[in-house]
Amino acid sequence: DLVLSKVERRIDVTSQIARVTKTLKVVNSGSESVSEFALTFPKFLGNNLAYLSVAPSEGKGKSKRTLVNLSVREADQKGLPDSISVYSVALPKPLSKGDTLTLEVVAAFTNVLQPFPEKITQGEIHLVMLQESAQYLSPYAVESQSLSIKLPNARIESYTKFENTKLQGSELKYGPYKNLQSYSYSPIVVHFESKAAFAVAEKLVREIEVSHWGNVQVTENYNVVHRGAQLKGEFSRLDFQARPNPRGASAFRHLLARLPPRAHSIYYRDDIGNISTSEMKSDSKKTELLIEPRFPLFGGWKTFFTIGYGLPLTDFLFASEGKRFLNISFGSPILDLVTEKLIVQVVLPEGSKDISVTTPFAVKQSQEIKYSHLDIAGRPVVVLEKNNVVPDHNQHIQVYYKFSNINLLSEPLMLISGFFILFITCIIYTRADISISKSSPSYLAKLQWDEVLATLQEVQSIVQKCLATHDKLEASLRDLSRTGDIQTCKAARKSTDSLLKDLSKELKPLLGFLQSFPSASHISPKVEELVVKEKELQEKLMAKHTTVVEGYEKKSSGRDIENRIASQQQKIIALRQEIEDLLEFIDEI
Amino acid sequence: MGGKSEPAKSESMATKPDLLNTSFFSFKSLKLKTKQQELLLRISILGLVYILAFIARLFSVLRYESMIHEFDPYFNYRTTLFLTEKGFYEFWNWFDSESWYPLGRIIGGTLYPGLMVTAALIYWTLRFLRFFVHIREVCVLTAPFFASNTTLVAYFFGKELWDTGAGLVAAVLIAICPGYISRSVAGSYDNEAVAIFALLLTFYLFVKAVNTGSLAWALASAFGYFYMVSAWGGYVFIINLVPLYVLVLLITGRYSMRLYIAYNCMYILGMLLAMQIRFVGFQHVQSGEHMGAMGVFLLMQVFYFLDWVKYQLNDTKLFQTFLRITVTSAILVGGVAVGVGTASGYISPWTGRFYSLLDPTYAKDHIPIIASVSEHQPTAWSSFMFDYHILLFLFPAGLYFCFKRLTDATIFIVMYGLTSLYFAGVMVRLILVATPAVCLISAIAVSATIKNLTSLLRTKQKVSQTGSTKGAGSSKASSKVTLDQSQPFQKNGAIALLVGVFYLLSRYAIHCTWVTAEAYSSPSIVLAARGAHGNRIIFDDYREAYYWLRQNTATDAKIMSWWDYGYQITAMGNRTVIVDNNTWNNTHIATVGRAMSSYEDDAYDIMRSLDVNYVLVVFGGVTGYSSDDINKFLWMVRIGGGVFPVIKEPDYLVNGEFRVDKGASPKMLNCLMYKLCYYRFGELTTEYGKPPGYDRARGVEIGNKDIKLEHLEEAYTTSNWIVRIYRVKPPTNRL
Repeated sequence: DLVLSKVERRIDVTSQIARVTKTLKVVNSGSESVSEFALTFPKFLGNNLAYLSVAPSEGKGKSKRTLVNLSVREADQKGLPDSISVYSVALPKPLSKGDTLTLEVVAAFTNVLQPFPEKITQGEIHLVMLQESAQYLSPYAVESQSLSIKLPNARIESYTKFENTKLQGSELKYGPYKNLQSYSYSPIVVHFESKAAFAVAEKLVREIEVSHWGNVQVTENYNVVHRGAQLKGEFSRLDFQARPNPRGASAFRHLLARLPPRAHSIYYRDDIGNISTSEMKSDSKKTELLIEPRFPLFGGWKTFFTIGYGLPLTDFLFASEGKRFLNISFGSPILDLVTEKLIVQVVLPEGSKDISVTTPFAVKQSQEIKYSHLDIAGRPVVVLEKNNVVPDHNQHIQVYYKFSNINLLSEPLMLISGFFILFITCIIYTRADISISKSSPSYLAKLQWDEVLATLQEVQSIVQKCLATHDKLEASLRDLSRTGDIQTCKAARKSTDSLLKDLSKELKPLLGFLQSFPSASHISPKVEELVVKEKELQEKLMAKHTTVVEGYEKKSSGRDIENRIASQQQKIIALRQEIEDLLEFIDEI
Repeated sequence: MGGKSEPAKSESMATKPDLLNTSFFSFKSLKLKTKQQELLLRISILGLVYILAFIARLFSVLRYESMIHEFDPYFNYRTTLFLTEKGFYEFWNWFDSESWYPLGRIIGGTLYPGLMVTAALIYWTLRFLRFFVHIREVCVLTAPFFASNTTLVAYFFGKELWDTGAGLVAAVLIAICPGYISRSVAGSYDNEAVAIFALLLTFYLFVKAVNTGSLAWALASAFGYFYMVSAWGGYVFIINLVPLYVLVLLITGRYSMRLYIAYNCMYILGMLLAMQIRFVGFQHVQSGEHMGAMGVFLLMQVFYFLDWVKYQLNDTKLFQTFLRITVTSAILVGGVAVGVGTASGYISPWTGRFYSLLDPTYAKDHIPIIASVSEHQPTAWSSFMFDYHILLFLFPAGLYFCFKRLTDATIFIVMYGLTSLYFAGVMVRLILVATPAVCLISAIAVSATIKNLTSLLRTKQKVSQTGSTKGAGSSKASSKVTLDQSQPFQKNGAIALLVGVFYLLSRYAIHCTWVTAEAYSSPSIVLAARGAHGNRIIFDDYREAYYWLRQNTATDAKIMSWWDYGYQITAMGNRTVIVDNNTWNNTHIATVGRAMSSYEDDAYDIMRSLDVNYVLVVFGGVTGYSSDDINKFLWMVRIGGGVFPVIKEPDYLVNGEFRVDKGASPKMLNCLMYKLCYYRFGELTTEYGKPPGYDRARGVEIGNKDIKLEHLEEAYTTSNWIVRIYRVKPPTNRL
């Protein structure tokens, strides 16, 4: 049989969570070796047990090595009264006769600090009550034990007094008690003021979305309630802002979230929009986000909000044995927050396979599909659910999955092909003839009009070419005046002559073509005028050219030549202007 | 368009190699492609305007956040949410028990569903395309999106009215016109957001139908009208303006088969379609506002008939007699029909809103609930200047150009401009309706002016250019001088005028940007102020209060507040309200007004009878926020007094003056509204150097600092005291 030679219990109630640390020295005084150890709690505590870890500790003092948690399971009630809950601990190695073992037990309880009175006004202080046993409830005999309760540094209304009860500052001590029977129990009640925020998330949904483009997006939806004594009567803003302490001491205004370092794009909002009251401080080790809900939370008041942030992928995603795994914290980043129902949804990229999860404690697992932007098959979602979560659960979980990088390209490719198809349809639409009736008069008219326009374009281009040749001719004249080389000038004349002849030949059928269209009736006279004017211009130019060349051949003076062509020149300019006006008019059709 | 530009392209390709050796005159090669260049330029300008119209409206998102603005948009948002969640049939049959307690409201039959259905369709389309956006984002961006579409319609309308240049200018002007931006910034999720698009589209399609005489366009305009009817009550403007226009055309002798086809098709189909909207239903053939359209429709038939008879008779004298007989009998029959219809109640008389449009003083005397809304006030000159800026001066110029080139289309835009401008003068919010017309007419002015000036400039330039190239070798300057002398200062004058026009337009752009950023992008639910050090202070009190209601009151709690906040409370607070912004029941609103202006005991009885759990008041005394309930209080008294004569306005006034300080009337100092606003305010020092209880919104020290509440208690007051919520205590046990 086992005997507990020494039991030290420390209960910390400075926050809303009662955190119990026990050091148990176990001695096997029986004859057989024992491999299991039973931990018992009164039922009202056991029901509120949120976290329990047991670790063997070797040697006393501060040189504790990293603790290896022992497996703990809820045991059968074998003949024990209903008011006791039992947990069984598997020892690392069977404890043989006479051996001793020291166990470190950490247990966190929620909802054990009962507000009393249950309803207070705005000005009253917040009192809570803790029920415990001065003596350690154990199926084993205890040789020596002590209990110390760390209370917040505030008023203590009352506490159960025994002979060896001492109150030192804010620490209440019971014991030591010697040689107690198994299952000895002496109830105590401590009634004290608590200034802690009784912030409880009734439901918290954390969505962790992995994007292989380099981001882990975390979105957390909180339903927060103040679980302390309820506010009764008025809420006076005047009192609250003029004398916040004491008039509003039971309320909390802020929550502090400690996010991972390098968190970015942080937002804080709720159903109806952004909440502008938040502050962020960040350094290389952590990012601190101070959240202020829209209104201060008094006892019983609720609020809902969402915070979201992005994390760099490289800090959280690793590869091992051909698989990738996401290593990320399980619980909420908000300090001292109790979560009654936590749902963690890990959204993996589309096309992930072979998904498995490892968690340091038991959680309920399931899988879902989520559709996000540009998804076809949907993204696999691992859903983890756990009730009654305290900050001690903020341990890392690992999600393993397989994902090939080719899948990364699918979404950009989809977008590209989408736009491609859009453009292709546009091109097809503009190029294709989609009129229903190919013989309707309006359709025929349209076709005809298109032809007219095309012919017009041709005419225009030919006239332009003519003008260009005219300019060449002029240029040759200018060269002549500079160099006096008559031969090249004549050659240029010859070439332009033939060119112009060709062009006018080309022009003729087009004109006839235009005249044949009834729809072009209002245009063709203009075009004819253009052609006539162009002819005239040609003739004038030729005449000028001949005069100048002749002048040079006769070696007349430059002034003489100029005088002779002056009148021609003026006409040429006027004609040119007219032609350009006509061209512009045609251009505007 | 693509078909037309195609041969030009191949042509230019063909000329390219030829031009390589004649590179000296390469600028001519560019001229070949003017068509394409113009097309490219036009499309890119339109594209830029489209984007500009969208992003100019995003100031509110940048300055604040992606949120719904003002009052009515919250109702639209709530209904859209319902539509997307529950589907169309549920939406159509929705009985909303969260508003107008205990009456409730049949949502499907009392709203214009166009906006919600549009937003839901966009939402569903995006989801179908695998873009999983939030419905809120869709709602916030609906207005800018439709504003962008409006610019396209304005372009086509301008093109139809004048030319492509005017179309482009119209698109640019309307894209940034403050009169339109005021109702279409991101988050302004109101009926007007899509309605202006629908209005302009209907008008454009109708003008197109009149110009072409095509059944297809008339049909399209009927559908445009249907969309407009589904979106906004302002459709009454269309159904009165179009017949008026037809009537004017008839009188001016511009009757044509085109007009006959366009109007008949549009009216008959439009009417049948409009009757499908439950809120309109048989009103379309029964109510007085729609009778004009029907009258003109019948007149058209008579006209057509006469035309036919004239053609058949071929005898002027006979026709004259026939004309006289027909016209008299037609008028008689019409008059008798209207008379009998009105007397028997088959034709309902004009509504108050319609009357107040025709007679601006009507609402003030008869329907205080319409007059109490600030956006129903007559427009001040300053707001015309603010919303139109240079358009105010360009408008008459545009009218001049329109009259100079009078066509069926320009007659339409002139009539649209003049009538809507009159309505804009009657009611501030109808500036919105006038804006497209003002923009279009101004665009005609700008485009015509610039075109005239540049054509002057271009001919000059060409002459000087050709002159200079020619004159380079020889001294032919004399010819150039002679050409120039014909119109001496034309070129300089044109340049000066052009610079002036561009200066004006750039001022307009600057003004619009400034107005959008400073005045029209505030969501009004979040208030921003400048602090002492120039820093920005946000007052988010409304949402604080609504969220408190949403989270910390019983789900079936009934909230009493003035009707302004009804939609916001139901949408953001998710609680039942007594009255809201859909002011369909004047008596109910008057009851609330009466409760607010009674003593606490009397008010308590009213509140008990309405099952009120919480009372919400808006109070600006701490922050100096002036549109609070104390400043609205006289309207509550007037509306309450209009139904319950116990409430008399003079009781709350001292020598015809509204005061809250010591000199206020005793009834004022003890009425419920005063007590709720100033409860415990007397203990608060709001401003340094002023006595406690100094009201910063009205700049006085309050008259009653010792306020005791008997039947109510303070439940919540926001951090800047802007919203105060009181709990109605249950009755004490009687012994």
